[in-house]
This record gives sequence, C-alpha cells and structure tokens, in this order.
Amino acid sequence: MRIIILELKDIAEIRADFPLLSKKVYNKPLVYFDNGATTQKPQCVLDAIQEVFTSYNGNIHRGIHAMSDMTSEAYENARERVRSFINAARKEEVIFTSGTTGSINSVAFSFGERYVGPGDEIIISNLEHHANIVPWQMMCQRKGASLRIIPVNDDGEILIDEFVKLLSPRTRLVSVTQASNALGTIVPVGEIIRIAHSAGIPVLVDGAQGVQHDVVDVSELDCDFYAFSGHKIYGPTGIGILYGKQKWLEELPPYQGGGDMVEKVTFEKTTYNELPFKFEAGTMNFAGAIGLARALDYVLETGRKDIAAREKMLLDYATGKLAEIRPLKIYGNSKNKISTISFLIDGIHQYDTGTILDKQGIAVRTGTHCAQPVMDRFGIDGTVRISMCFYNTLEEIDTLCTGIEKVIRMFS
Amino acid sequence: MTINEVQDNIISDFSISDDWMDKYDLLIDIGKNLPAIDPRFKTNDYLIEGCQSKVWLRPDYDGQKISFTADSDAIITRGIVALLIKVLSDRTPDEIIGAELYFIDRIGLRQNLSPTRSNGLLAMIRQIKLYAMAYRARKN
Repeated sequence: MRIIILELKDIAEIRADFPLLSKKVYNKPLVYFDNGATTQKPQCVLDAIQEVFTSYNGNIHRGIHAMSDMTSEAYENARERVRSFINAARKEEVIFTSGTTGSINSVAFSFGERYVGPGDEIIISNLEHHANIVPWQMMCQRKGASLRIIPVNDDGEILIDEFVKLLSPRTRLVSVTQASNALGTIVPVGEIIRIAHSAGIPVLVDGAQGVQHDVVDVSELDCDFYAFSGHKIYGPTGIGILYGKQKWLEELPPYQGGGDMVEKVTFEKTTYNELPFKFEAGTMNFAGAIGLARALDYVLETGRKDIAAREKMLLDYATGKLAEIRPLKIYGNSKNKISTISFLIDGIHQYDTGTILDKQGIAVRTGTHCAQPVMDRFGIDGTVRISMCFYNTLEEIDTLCTGIEKVIRMFS
Repeated sequence: MTINEVQDNIISDFSISDDWMDKYDLLIDIGKNLPAIDPRFKTNDYLIEGCQSKVWLRPDYDGQKISFTADSDAIITRGIVALLIKVLSDRTPDEIIGAELYFIDRIGLRQNLSPTRSNGLLAMIRQIKLYAMAYRARKN
C-alpha cells in the first residue's frame, strides 16, 4: 500500500511538469497514448526555447556581436550535451538535423554518392518505418542498387539467422530500427552490428523509437550512424540528431550546400568546412537544438533507468489488461518491447475504434503507422496503437480498457 | 423531398442530443442500415482516395437521375457516406452539382464528428460531384 501511495505522489509530480497533460478534451481528462508519434513537453523545455528569443537571439557562427556569440555558445553547448547523452566520442560526430527522417535522408544520399554503385545491396528489416525505407529506395534507384529485407516471425521479431544469410560481398550498409514504431519490438541492434562489422559492413540505427526509452550509448553499441528526433523525446519539433563516426563523416560528401558549411567559395570551386559544420548548411534550428538539449537534461534528471522501469511496468499492466478483453488481438508479441502496443478488435475497424476512443478523451493512433510493409506482413490494413511513456498511469490504462469496452458495445 | 428538405430532416435527427456519443450511435445506425453495394463493384475502380478507411462509391445513371450505392470497411465512414446518399442519390446531375451541403456543418460532421476524416468526407463529396459533371457533359 505504501508503495502505491509513493508511486502516485511521484507520478503526480512528474505529470505536473507537463502543462498539456492536465488538459481536457471533449470535457474529459486527456489520456495521451500517442507518444510514439510525438511526446508532450515539460515546462523547462518551453522555458528554454522562450529564453532563446527573449534573452540572447542572434544567428549562430556569423555575427561579431554579443547576441550572435551567446546564441552560438548555447548552440554548441547543446551539441556537447547531446554528445554526452548518447556518449559519442567527439562533439564533431553530432550533427543537428530536422529529425530522424532528415538524418536518414542525409546518410542515404551522402553514403550512396560515395560508396554505392550498380549491383550493390542495402539491408533493412521488415519492421522499418517508411523513413528508413524510402530514402534507401530513392538512393538504390539512382545508383542501380537494391534493397534486401530481413524478415520477422509471427511475434514481430527479427530473424537473425535470415539476416546473416542476406549478407553478401555486395552489401554496402545495414540500416535497422532500434524499436518498431508499429509493433513495439525491440530489435537486437547490438547483435546486428557485431555480425555486420565482422563482415566489414557499417550499420545505421534508427533510434526514433529507441532513444527515449532506455540508455543509449553509441560508443558501446559501436553503430556507425545513429538517428533520432527531438520531438519524440520531450523536445521541440523540427530538430533531430545524426550521429556518425568521425571516419565516415570525414569521407562522406555533404548532403546540402549553403551557408556555414563552406570553407572557401569561388564560382569555380568550393571547399567544405570541417565537421560538424560540413553537414549543417544554412541557418540551423538553433532554438530547437537548445530546447532538445534541455529535454535531454530533463530525461537525465528523471533518470533513464527509472523511466525504463516505469515504462516496463506500464507495458506489462496494459498487456495483461488488454489480453483480458475477449475479441481483442495484440499484434507484436516480442519478448522485448518498448511501451507500445498495437491491437485490433475483432470485427471493428481500427478507425471506428480510434474515433470513439478519441471522443472519450483517449488519444491513440490508427492506421498503418507509416509502416505499411509491417501491416502487409501480418495481412492487415492497419491497427490501433497505444504508445505509452513514463508520465502515463495505470489509471489511464484502466480508462482505456473501459473505453474499449464501450467501443465493443457500440459496434456490436 | 428536395435536397434541402432531406438536409433539414437530418439536422433535426441529429439535434436530439448534445452528447456526441448519442450522435455517433445514430451515425452507426445509419451506417448499418445502408443497403449493401453489389460486391462486384467493391473494386479499385470505385474506391475513393483520401480516406483512412476504404470507401467504395458506385453511380448508376438512368439518363435522368443518378443513384449511388456505397460501402466502407469502417461503420462510422459508412454512416457518413449513407448521409450523403440520402441527400444526393436519385437526383439529376444539375441538382447534385448545384447542391449546397449545409447539413455537414450544422450537424458538426466537419468540425466535431470527425476532424481527421474531413479529407475523406470532402473526397466523397468531390467524387459525387465529379460523377454528376461527367454525366451532364455526356448528356450535352
């Protein structure tokens, strides 16, 4: 009993950090279960962004004036905090981008230009978000290369043996998600990296659904590239990270040209700036970068291990409660999952379910979750997805289950 | 009944309650009562793009009036397309092209009933009007 009371107190304090969580929709308390799409923001992040524009706004790396200096310093300080958060070896290995999609497109383009030719192969998995499929398809079309797909089993788990069989002398790169946004599967990226490296092949990890759920250490993981988005880890939209090992970033040509990424420009020839600026063309989203760094600090203050433990508790509770609802089927039953659950209610379209849950104040996502090949694998055209994070509560899961019972009554 | 009389009836039906759940119950009922489309018309030719759920809409023109049959794999969407059929089926192309569909806003179909489905709703209306324009052009 004492534990429960302490738990409630802690969670009340956590939730008070997020202004939007106390909002009502349709006159009902908001139950926000769409964190996989975007998370809510703590007040400290909102304050940090506000502070940029009220205290020191100036363009970075350009002005000789105080405002520009202060903003540049805050921006580079943000880079250092991201470096520390993912434990990259060097600050120069941390590139600010617009998000995971921007990061992957950048690598697909630059890596393709430098290393990929006709007949070459790129390996991805059946679990990928479209953002980790389409950029590689575009590059393969340009270069005459092809995609190879690691299959998954009926629980939504990657088949490592099949991955090993896909490796060939033509494999140039492996790009896999750390966790499936559609099914919640945690992918054994460490094992994939070890196997790929033993064949001398670099690996990109799509961390969009991984970085916010547990400790990520790119040095220990030994991945060659790591991408994630700010807005899915309590930071602002429009900012993301591309981590790349220095040796790769040095060799790759830049993705975009523009201001700040150059050393010397003449009409005949341009030489590029050093890392990380070579990959940051134009005025970067410095307010976003500073907001993201504050969000990462918030996650560290909350404790990544505590967040992981709380989310595991929520996942286990929700999985158990949903399993009790008779005509409901969960898609994705991996032993290792992030706190995301995809399901369908027998005979009820996911869109009908999502609509009626919404009217009860419960925000879920419906559809294919930008992962149509995952849906094809299971022979369905979409699911209802709840994606929880540490600020969600057991009571909210109970509210969801009551809401689902109401959906079943209305449509039966 | 004229198009506007049918619209006024629908507005009256949906004003029975302020609770959105009651309105949904009504919409689900309307969806369940929509006459089934002939299964051989549930093909990509009659599929309307722009909806999260699948919607098939088939026109039938007898030289005077156009009648529509439809289906959807989601019941709420079926209710929405059923409302459009109530208002716009068995009308001449000119009636359909000239129709001002005020009932959509008045019963909250656009703002409250289905915020994310607005695109699908607009796609359905556009498709119905396109059929009407095509038949009118063919007649002229």
